[in-house]
Amino acid sequence: MSRRSWLLTLIAVFLLAAPAGAQLLAQDHPGQYAQEDIGRGAVLYNTQCNQCHGRDGDQISGVDLRRGQFRRAQSDEDLAQVITRGTSSGMPPFALQPSELTGIVAFIRAGFDTTASIRVGNAARGRTIFDGKGQCATCHRVGGTGPRLAPALSDIGLARAPASLDRSIRDPSAGMMPINRPVQIVMKNGSTIRGRRLNEDTHSVQIIDDQERLRSLPKTDIRTMSVETTSPMPAYAGKLTDDEIADVVAFLLTLRTP
Amino acid sequence: MTRRILSSAAFTLIALSMALDAQVTPDRLLRAAQEPQNWLTYSGGYASQRHSLLTQITPANVRNLDLQWILPNQVFGAWQSSPVVVDGIMYVTQRPNDVLALDAKTGRVFWQYRYTVSSDARVCCGANNRGVAILGDTLFLGTLDSHLVALDAKTGRSLWNVAVGDPKLGYSITMAPLVVKDKVLVGTGGGEYGIRGFIAAFDTRTGKEVWRFYTIPGPGERGHETWKGDAWKTGGGSIWLTPSYDPALNLTYWGVGNPGPDWNSDLRPGDNLYTDSVVALDADTGQLKWHFQFSPNDTYDYDAVQIAVLADLDWRGTPTKAMLWANRNGFFYVLDRTNGRFLFGTPFVKVNWESGLDGNGRPIPTPQPPGQPTWPGNQGGTNWYSPSFSPRTGLMYVSAWEGYASVFRKEPAQYVAGRNFAGGGATPVTPVPGAPGIRIGRATPINTWTDAAGHGTVMAIDPQTGQKKWTFSQFDVTDSGILTTASDLLFTGGREGYFYALDARTGAQLWKTSLGAQIVNGPITYAVDGRQYVSVISGNSLVTFALRN
Repeated sequence: MSRRSWLLTLIAVFLLAAPAGAQLLAQDHPGQYAQEDIGRGAVLYNTQCNQCHGRDGDQISGVDLRRGQFRRAQSDEDLAQVITRGTSSGMPPFALQPSELTGIVAFIRAGFDTTASIRVGNAARGRTIFDGKGQCATCHRVGGTGPRLAPALSDIGLARAPASLDRSIRDPSAGMMPINRPVQIVMKNGSTIRGRRLNEDTHSVQIIDDQERLRSLPKTDIRTMSVETTSPMPAYAGKLTDDEIADVVAFLLTLRTP
Repeated sequence: MTRRILSSAAFTLIALSMALDAQVTPDRLLRAAQEPQNWLTYSGGYASQRHSLLTQITPANVRNLDLQWILPNQVFGAWQSSPVVVDGIMYVTQRPNDVLALDAKTGRVFWQYRYTVSSDARVCCGANNRGVAILGDTLFLGTLDSHLVALDAKTGRSLWNVAVGDPKLGYSITMAPLVVKDKVLVGTGGGEYGIRGFIAAFDTRTGKEVWRFYTIPGPGERGHETWKGDAWKTGGGSIWLTPSYDPALNLTYWGVGNPGPDWNSDLRPGDNLYTDSVVALDADTGQLKWHFQFSPNDTYDYDAVQIAVLADLDWRGTPTKAMLWANRNGFFYVLDRTNGRFLFGTPFVKVNWESGLDGNGRPIPTPQPPGQPTWPGNQGGTNWYSPSFSPRTGLMYVSAWEGYASVFRKEPAQYVAGRNFAGGGATPVTPVPGAPGIRIGRATPINTWTDAAGHGTVMAIDPQTGQKKWTFSQFDVTDSGILTTASDLLFTGGREGYFYALDARTGAQLWKTSLGAQIVNGPITYAVDGRQYVSVISGNSLVTFALRN
């Protein structure tokens, strides 16, 4: 074997092996941050940052740490500086060890995701499954195309962690966010409205109905409203292989356009 | 001669106008409830009933409430301030430690005081400030870096500024101070930083400290035996809400915050007095007259920072100087405020951290297995938001969280000066794994957690029985305080941004308007030139209503 063909073989082996497992995970998600740092950052976040920024990192208005939305910071260095110096709007400075600082930045950049066990496959293959075998595009909209019956997924890679995506694909009812629940509403005038809940308060509910109309309904006009806890989405555990689910998760993680 | 007459006439005029624009004397503070055109203290008077004698707005005409003015706030974050109103002038604080004086009729601003908070300040939960106190022509402001500042109420210029606690150690002040006689009383926040909390009284003229009471007793002091080793040094016991005062007993009543570290009680065995307690302190000396502890050796962050409501009741047939207390731990209590004796206690929300109270009001603990939900959750059955008591209905009105639980966890904690000292944490229980839980505040217009994670309820509790006379449920939780009036109106809000007038007797909704953003403190009412106003803060706006002309 010539030296050149040996190298080609090696590359081929990598190309075959990588999508199946941990190597891509380490490269694609969560980026260049070490799992160990993310874990350290998670512990620190829960004790130091959680109280103001909240469990999901979006408790301060204008800031969504998990989704990478900051008021001041752009680079990792900026983030570190805000943490160590505090801000004029009330965030105190934190005197952290360098390893703690690395950890907290890694945790934020990793989108608060410390789950190393969820497999993330090949995004391109995932896209094919999304459009084809999985029939995901039959209900979910991505970018400007597709129906609006199910939640749009254009930014799902920002909104959800891999573990949550994996759960939603395998067992949609277990992963369905309460706000997204399907509703069936009987109005006092006798008409029935089906749709998906978008928002609700004491006096009104906002939905997208099965005709894709946005509707805001005052509760005084509603006779009954049933909120379903079973998702209309089929469970894909058994319908797709574990590898295919890992590929779909990988594709969903690339959807990051709000 | 002519000149002299003129000047003496001018002097008389000035004297007259000064009499009209009288200073806020200690006597006026004692009788604050008798001048309902003003709102002279954080809770509208020393008894903290948040009940106004104004009756121009009634159940019959409340539907005619109309927007009068809005004061916008340019600062990010929850606006927890409660304004005071004196003779047509409103004083309100905004983040981090600004004070504004404005025309209470129009919302136009006379002056703005801006305080630069030291970069040493450490606060657990945002740059909160809940308001000022007033005596004479002087306003008193506590700051995030733990200073007490006196301001000239006419100019907004600082008169004196004293350090209360060391901000580098996590001491801060977020509460509105209370003036009693010639002293201004304030307590220190910082319960998440391993402080040793204290309450102090300062001379209103000089800022000189007159007395100090540590909420965590030191060696040799009564109560110190409820701590082991050095745990008392970092025992917490923060004070972050304004006390109440009974002039006849000369006692001030303070709700004391959580022990430190918050969630790991193994690190501080014992009852941990006076955390999660009410302490009754002599107003002149700061001496402890009595205490009552709601949650001994707390593991759930159940600060007893609620406002102590003082009410003279015919309680079950006996005239009683009562203290009514809906606690973060989920229990409603009636205490004898002369001696702290436990009279009665019953849960007002679902509770499983204990199985009941013994004859002395001490809870019988039932800690849940690790990973299992505890009711009420970390934010409590209620929290710091002011309740109200109406002497007319005899009912206590409380903003409560129902169907809300947390999973608590203990973690090791090492005290490092100025660093968070929590010893664990709490995760709100959600109906679906990974779904959004209820947060400390609301930062989004969409309720993604839904009522499946908990909801808010205004409760009218009968102190005689603990029974709920009526309830008014909301879809989201509520951090709104409550105001009642002598026309049997109840004003409150919630996180959804609706502002309500309810019938205080029945709970019927009489009027609502959508202000859009979360309401996180209590409405107030006052009158100028014979017209009654109601003010409330929603999000970053202070909004004022009156009846349509």
